[in-house]
Amino acid sequence: MAALEKIKQVSGRAVPVPGDDVDTDRIIPARFMKCVTFDGLGEYAFFDVRYDGEGNKKKHPLNEERYEGATIMLVGNNFGCGSSREHAPQSLHKFGVRAIIGLSFAEIFFGNSTTLGMPCVTVSEDTLHLLTQAVESHPESALTINLEKMEIDCGGNTFPCELPPAAREGLLAGEWDALALLLKDQQDIEAVADKLHYV
Amino acid sequence: MGKTLFHKVWEDHTVRTLPNGQTQLFIGTHLIHEVTSPQAFGMLRELGLKVKYPQRTFATVDHIVPTNEMAEPYSDPLAQAMIQALRDNTKEFGVTFFDTNTGKQGVVHIVGPEQGITQPGTTIACGDSHTATHGAFGAIAFGIGTSQVRDVLATQTMALSPLKVRRINVSGKLGPGVYAKDVILHIIRLLGVGGGKGYAYEYGGEVFDNFSMEERMTVCNMSIEGGARCGYVNPDAKTFEYLKGRPYSPQGADWDAAVEKWASYASDADAEYDDVFNIDAADIKPTVTWGITPGQAVFIDENLPLLDELDSADRATAQEAYEYMSLNPGEPIRGTKIDVAFLGSCTNGRLSDFEEAAKYLKGHKVAPGVKAIVVPGSQVVAKIAEAKGLDKVFTEAGFEWRGAGCSMCLAMNPDKLQGNQLCASSSNRNFKGRQGSPTGRTVLMSPVMVMAAAIKGEISDAREVFGVQVATVGVEGA
Ligand code: SF4
Repeated sequence: MAALEKIKQVSGRAVPVPGDDVDTDRIIPARFMKCVTFDGLGEYAFFDVRYDGEGNKKKHPLNEERYEGATIMLVGNNFGCGSSREHAPQSLHKFGVRAIIGLSFAEIFFGNSTTLGMPCVTVSEDTLHLLTQAVESHPESALTINLEKMEIDCGGNTFPCELPPAAREGLLAGEWDALALLLKDQQDIEAVADKLHYV
Repeated sequence: MGKTLFHKVWEDHTVRTLPNGQTQLFIGTHLIHEVTSPQAFGMLRELGLKVKYPQRTFATVDHIVPTNEMAEPYSDPLAQAMIQALRDNTKEFGVTFFDTNTGKQGVVHIVGPEQGITQPGTTIACGDSHTATHGAFGAIAFGIGTSQVRDVLATQTMALSPLKVRRINVSGKLGPGVYAKDVILHIIRLLGVGGGKGYAYEYGGEVFDNFSMEERMTVCNMSIEGGARCGYVNPDAKTFEYLKGRPYSPQGADWDAAVEKWASYASDADAEYDDVFNIDAADIKPTVTWGITPGQAVFIDENLPLLDELDSADRATAQEAYEYMSLNPGEPIRGTKIDVAFLGSCTNGRLSDFEEAAKYLKGHKVAPGVKAIVVPGSQVVAKIAEAKGLDKVFTEAGFEWRGAGCSMCLAMNPDKLQGNQLCASSSNRNFKGRQGSPTGRTVLMSPVMVMAAAIKGEISDAREVFGVQVATVGVEGA
């Protein structure tokens, strides 16, 4: 397998997507999952949040011109809960998102995002509040998430952020997609299979 | 100190510790369906990889099948393409596929147990978040994303971080008209939709000892709705009884050895837990959701919470929920008009759900203007239910009797809410837009409560509608 990029930092402009418990049905409504590839999912990210029944744009930060091209999302608690669909992080990734800063993430969503090389870092409520304010008043300036220092740089101010060690090390080492590691030394896999009662 | 089932299964399935500290875990049984597998097979093809243990993967088709139009080609070409991709992929890679013509097709979490594929002491993965259902058998069962489906296909392993274990005891006896669905909705209400983060939930206590396997499945099914990565019940005599003689269960001389092995996986009496949570069954009443997360729930006889009664962290979501649901704080949920009644899904689409619902429905009629559908979780469930005449009970009352599939649990087939219709649903998610209309509204409840709502045309207390005696707690035997 081709070597993966070592992800040490993510820089870009940010967009706040407020609310807690934003589920993956909201990130990518199920009707758009009728597909056999992930291509094209980007345009459906948050579709029902962005458009009304007639296809008109609703009032939402993701529709605001000043946030266009943002690559970092600011989110609340338990982001990505619900369905395990990888279509959700895939659609965000294809929409252009490269990292998410939030209060907390649902586990399957977190894992799926990490496997795409899209870090989901957590911050305190105070930090989120300050970052959101900064982004709202200066949507044109970039944030930088530094995974080596576990810091977010916002206009010269730095804020601490967190990422579970397994995800952090995987991203820093360019091993965020586990498949290459899992494929190694297959005799060890077979040894476990052989001693299980049912395989 | 003893060990939990989770730890025993985890240890036996560990291949190695990966450089990032995660465990490479062997996945004994892999279940796949049409929605989350085609991209995984595509990735295998791109990488030139094979399926490592094709005999350990089983496929079925559930999300996209129209349940009222079984003939192919389906009118939706995308649905047709998805079922065809699964046929082609399973054929090319040598995987067993319970196709629509096998008599075994159905919702993946119903098919696994009823075929005897789901067994105690095993690890199970499926590209679907309700995989925890299989935990009812004492399996450690994970919902996974498509890249992990690829990993399991290619290596029969995946990378996972270990979990903590929370024991949830439900002691005592459930009152009449209170079901497994109410137990899990109550648990989620108390612990929160994110409360299970980092945990496996081990369910136990008298209520679970008394539960049938199907009731245990209903609870385990919704573990993910409480944020837990998996949920399970320790295997016991009921588990073994259920599995005996099923197509993929061990047969003949292998059976006794299997049972002995399975029993050994149950948590030790002195197992150490990271957390213990106790609930008294007598405190649980029929529960319905009122909001847009499964944790936003009340007892049927309660009023909806006032915003300032809620935790400050929950208020914004509650506000959003009230607006979306067109419901008002402080008012009762009882009496809310419904448009649709849906009985089915991997939470409550099994035979016992239909038997219990039909028992009460018999002799009643669906209220005028309510669209009511019953969708068997599998072809096997449909066949047995029809042999017992349950389909007639439903159709005579005014329900539509459908073919097996996910149907109105989510919006990937023709069964969808229209506009802001409100659905009394036995499924597991009340997210915005979950049932197919971006403004559609879902109220989760037990199958018998769905029957009561269908008959009355409004959300109702099934115990009143059906004249079920409500025992006064504490006076029993006095
Ligand atoms: S019945 Fe619903 S929850 Fe279960 S697998 Fe189907 S869509 Fe998912």
